[in-house]
Formats: sequence, C-alpha cells, structure tokens
Amino acid sequence: MTTPRSIIDKIWDQHVVADLGDGRVLLHIDRHMLHEVTSPQAYAGLAAAGRRLRRPDLTFATADHIVSTENGRTDDTVPGGPEMIRALRANAEATGVALFDLGDVRQGIVHVIAPELGIALPGATLVCGDSHTSTVGALGAMAWGIGTSEVEHVMATQTAILRRPPTMRITVGGTRPAGVSAKDMVLKLIATIGTAGATSYGVEYAGPAIRALSMEERMTVCNMSVELGARFGLIAPDEVTFAYLKGRPFAPAGDLWEPAVAAWRALASDPGARFDAEIELDVSSLTPQVSWGTSPQDCIGVGDTVPDPEREADPKRRQAMRRALDYIGLEPGTPIRDLPVDMVFIGSCTNSRIEDLRAAAAVLKGRRVAAGLRALVVPGSGQVRRQAEAEGLDRVFTAAGFEWREPGCSMCAGMNADRVPPGKRCVATSNRNFEGRQGPGARTHLASPATAAAAAVAGRIVDVRSLEAHSLEGSA
Amino acid sequence: MPEPINRITGIAAPLPRANVDTDAIIPKAHLLTIHRSGLGAGLFSEWRFDDDGRERPDFVLNQTPWREATILLAGENFGCGSSREHAVWSLMDFGIRCVIAPSFASIFHENCQKNGLAAVTLDEAALAHLVACAQATPSGSRPAAATTVDIEACRVTAPDGREFPFTMEAARRQALLEGLDEIGASLRHDDAMAAFEARDRARRPWIHALPTA
Repeated sequence: MTTPRSIIDKIWDQHVVADLGDGRVLLHIDRHMLHEVTSPQAYAGLAAAGRRLRRPDLTFATADHIVSTENGRTDDTVPGGPEMIRALRANAEATGVALFDLGDVRQGIVHVIAPELGIALPGATLVCGDSHTSTVGALGAMAWGIGTSEVEHVMATQTAILRRPPTMRITVGGTRPAGVSAKDMVLKLIATIGTAGATSYGVEYAGPAIRALSMEERMTVCNMSVELGARFGLIAPDEVTFAYLKGRPFAPAGDLWEPAVAAWRALASDPGARFDAEIELDVSSLTPQVSWGTSPQDCIGVGDTVPDPEREADPKRRQAMRRALDYIGLEPGTPIRDLPVDMVFIGSCTNSRIEDLRAAAAVLKGRRVAAGLRALVVPGSGQVRRQAEAEGLDRVFTAAGFEWREPGCSMCAGMNADRVPPGKRCVATSNRNFEGRQGPGARTHLASPATAAAAAVAGRIVDVRSLEAHSLEGSA
Repeated sequence: MPEPINRITGIAAPLPRANVDTDAIIPKAHLLTIHRSGLGAGLFSEWRFDDDGRERPDFVLNQTPWREATILLAGENFGCGSSREHAVWSLMDFGIRCVIAPSFASIFHENCQKNGLAAVTLDEAALAHLVACAQATPSGSRPAAATTVDIEACRVTAPDGREFPFTMEAARRQALLEGLDEIGASLRHDDAMAAFEARDRARRPWIHALPTA
C-alpha cells in the first residue's frame, strides 16, 4: 500500500529534474509568465552571460504594471513606461516569446490572462516575477512569485531551485451567507491567522466552502495566499476547473483533452494525506470585511469598530497598530461603517474578472456615484473588457459615474499614473493597503467589489447588504 | 553574479518594525528602470525624504552614524509584499550587506540569497540586544562601535562583545562564502533537464505541445 500523498506532494514529485542535495532540487517549470517590471534585468543578465532562453515555447509575456489604463493609451502615455514596454517587446521578439502587447485583446494583468488563455493548467508549475502569481493556484497549479534573478534562472534552465516547502491545509467549512464574497472569505482568513500565518508553506485550500466557489472566486482566494506569507496556495481541480478550461486557446485540445483531464483528476489529495499544519475556518456567520489599517490582516466586519491598540497585549503589535492608525487617520472605537471616502477602485489581479465586474454592476445599476467621489473600474484583461461591454456592464458603470478604463494593474501597483492623492481615502478591491501602496500618503481600505461599489454610491463605507441589489437582466 | 562574502563588520542601523514591505523598502516611483544599479537613491524614500525631497531628520538612516550602516536590524516578516528584487538591489546600493531579522518573507529571502545580501535570522531576544546596543550610540556621535556578522562561523558579535550564534542552511552559507554562479551550476545538469523533458513530453504532452500564439 502506498503512502497517501497530498496534491502538493504529487505535483512536486512530477517535477523534480535533479536532486542538488541539502534538500534542494531543480524543479521543472511548465509555464513562465513575464511582465515589464521584473524581466528586463533578467534578460540583460542572460545576454551578458551569453546564455539562451531554453524554452521560449513555455514562456509568455505581457505588459501590465506600467501601462496606462487611459482610453487611447500608447507606449508613451506614462512617464518612465516607454523604455520598459519597448524593452519587453524587443526582448520577447528577440527570443521568440509570445507577447500579448498593448492593443491585443489578450493583453491584461498577467494573473488574469494566464488562466483566461488556458496557459495556467492543473498540475502545472507556473512562475512569474510577481508575488500574486499565487492567483492561478485556483486551477490546481503550483504557482508562485519569484525575483528577477530567479526569472533569469528559469529563462536559462526552465527550472527553479527549491526546497520542498512544508504543507498546510486550510479547510473552509460552512455556507457563506448571501451578500458575502470570496474576497470577504480571504480577508477574514488573513485577519484570523495573520500575514505571517502561513509563511513559507505550500497551502491547499479545501472544504465545502472552497468547493462551492466558482473558478473566478477561487482565484480571488488564491490571489491573497501571499498575504498569508504562503509560497503558493492551490485548490484541487474538479469539474468546475475542467469546465472553465475547456476550449481556452492554450488549453489541451482534441485528443489531448481527455488524457489531460484524467491526469488532473488524479491530483486530488489522497484520503489520509499528511499536512505539516492544518487550519480550519467556518464562514457561516461571515460578514463583509473592510480593512482599517495598513496590513491586510487589519480587517474587521463592516459592522465593527476600529480596534484599540491599548487593549492589545503584544507590545510590538500594539506599536504597529498605533502606527497604522496614525497613517490611516482613524481613532480607536470608530465604526468603520459611515467613514467618508474620496475614491473607489475596482480592479487588480484580486478582483478584475468578469464576475467581479458583474457583482459591482449589480449594486451600481440605477444608482449614481456620490458627488465629488472619483471611481475607477479597470477590467483585468482586454477579454474581460470586451465581455463586460457585450453584457452592457460598461454602460452601467459609466451611467453611475465610474471611469471605464483599459486593462492593467492600475491603482493597485500605482506605477501608471492611477493613484490616490496624499491623505485621500480609497476603498479598493486590490490586495494591499500598505503605506504608500496606492500613492504616497494614500489611505486604502480593502474590500470586495460589491462593498466598493456600495461605498462609491454612498460616498462612505456601507454594508452592501443594506442596499437592494438590482437584477442585471436587460442591462445590455 | 554575487561577490563572495564571509564577514561583515560595520555599523548596524536599528529599524525594529514588523512587516516592513518591499513597497516601503523601494517605493514604486523608483521601479521605472530597466537597470539594476543606482537604486540606493530610492531606498525607503518615503520614510527618508519629505514631499520636497528633503531628508526627514527623524528617520534612522538619515542620522549619524547610521547613515553609514552596512547592517540593518529589522523586525519580523521583513520584506513582505511585492516580489520586486529592486528592494534588495536598493539596500545593497545604499551599502547594506546584511539584514538581521527574526523572520523574512519568502521571496525577499530568496532575492537576498541570489544577490549575496546576507539575510541572518536571530531570535527576538538577540535582536533586542543588538538594537539596544545600536541605540546606545547617541545620535550624532561617531564612530559607533561595530557589529560583526561572521558567515563562516555563523555568529553575530554585538558591539559589547556578546555573541549570538545563528543557523543558516549549508547551501545558502556556501553560496554566500563562494559567490556562486547559480545558473552556471544548474546548467551543469543539462543532461538531467533533457532527460526530464523527453520523459515528461510522453507523460504530459499537453504541457509541451502548445498551440502557437
């Protein structure tokens, strides 16, 4: 009888190319995604050493961080952008790498397009020079963010040097209440175990509340694995995954489809598989979550009040909380609800997929953004944008007073002219509320797309469940 | 390729704050480059400089003797957030050769290793002692007593002579000591890579036979 293995064990074992000793191995990389911020120095290093790109056929590139999201954008719209965008284009061309360039409907946030195009697959290893690569673990891939030196290593060898990570299973039980999203689930998880709660672990998300998620909702959960400190987070593939992938441009087709699905089915963790750590969370009484501070773990229910650092026992945590409150401009005991906001941002690799836009539009339909508030909606890819337009969502957004933008990382990365002015308060669907993340002095409150849309209408943070949602039927 | 490094002796700057993220280490405005060099100017720029570009006198790296620090004493989960290797490049360009913290975020830890920036893990108590020693140096005085990080002996020596052993995985330590060309070393496994690919093509053809873009 063989030892029961987890999905992580199975994927790992299938990818070991060579054992380097010391517990390190060379692990084969099945898919390598490049973007313009973390690849130019890797390409320069490769060229300087006279090395070649080993597997251009497994390497894909897009520009997303520095690109403008203005309608009618060009390479030159954002200062500092042209050199980086053109370097990516020249490098991709010189090495035979598929590039989803500005103007291509397939361009978009790298973690949105990798699943959308069927590049990310169950059981695959996928890396990118970006921490939110964990997003595509939703498909059952082992996917993680790497630095530029590792990008260069993967370019030259199509492998990464890794130590087998300890494994953690996070079992999410219960039934999510109506009006509560996958984003609320993962924010609650981070608030519960902390941003270092899964440091260095490979995480499998399991349990009925995970199984019940759509493919896009699973991506939202896996996206924020890095905010738990995890190396990667994944969800075993199932019928939802297979249905999502079938027919996508780079997914297996024809005679390859059935063998691929059969192999993917076998990936699920065996009964009795051992994990180094187990965590359980129940979402039956979960409420919409909003962050109050400058770490993703600083989250509370929308009906709760800002916590008091003086009641915190751990002196270091107390100090961090004081600093966060000082930066964010809030007093302990303040209800998070009714806090006035200046901006709303719906987008980022966490929440820019079609379902996110539908959820926001359902709140916005027939309503108007509050006077004086600036609201942006940035689709995650050209295809999301096109689909949203086909469904009439763009008109719901623009009628409500939102700016309908071109795809990119936008305000989440803050490198592209989309930013929150100093001291202004923004409800954002992105993943990080760090000091300065959305611009120097920007005050960011993380939330779900529905909560962000509700805040845009009210001009303040509200419980989205207090707004009657409209049917999107006939909006087109 | 990283330079070999076996011992760092210098001024240690205390920044004992938890969850310092790479956005703070190098804010995005400084990422608009296709080069690795010159990034020290952006190190902690939102903490180091005010809106007009003037130094904030209360920030540790703007104070003597710490503006000449080669060692950074940091809090837990240092380097969390974005994977940007620019964070490591900016620390090194500023002159930092070693960061000592109770824990590091995974990607940042790897990035340190790949560039020969020593990332040394010490427990909270040891770190508190080093911070206390560093802070015992009155601001403005110089020269400060030195802290020594000995990679070969896996030992940190505080300015007052107290010693703190640390552990570091053998491969990491060896790479720091020898400044290895990791890609060159991996490429020596070319036969194993070719064999893997041949085997895997048969086992998982959908991974290797992709439709063209």
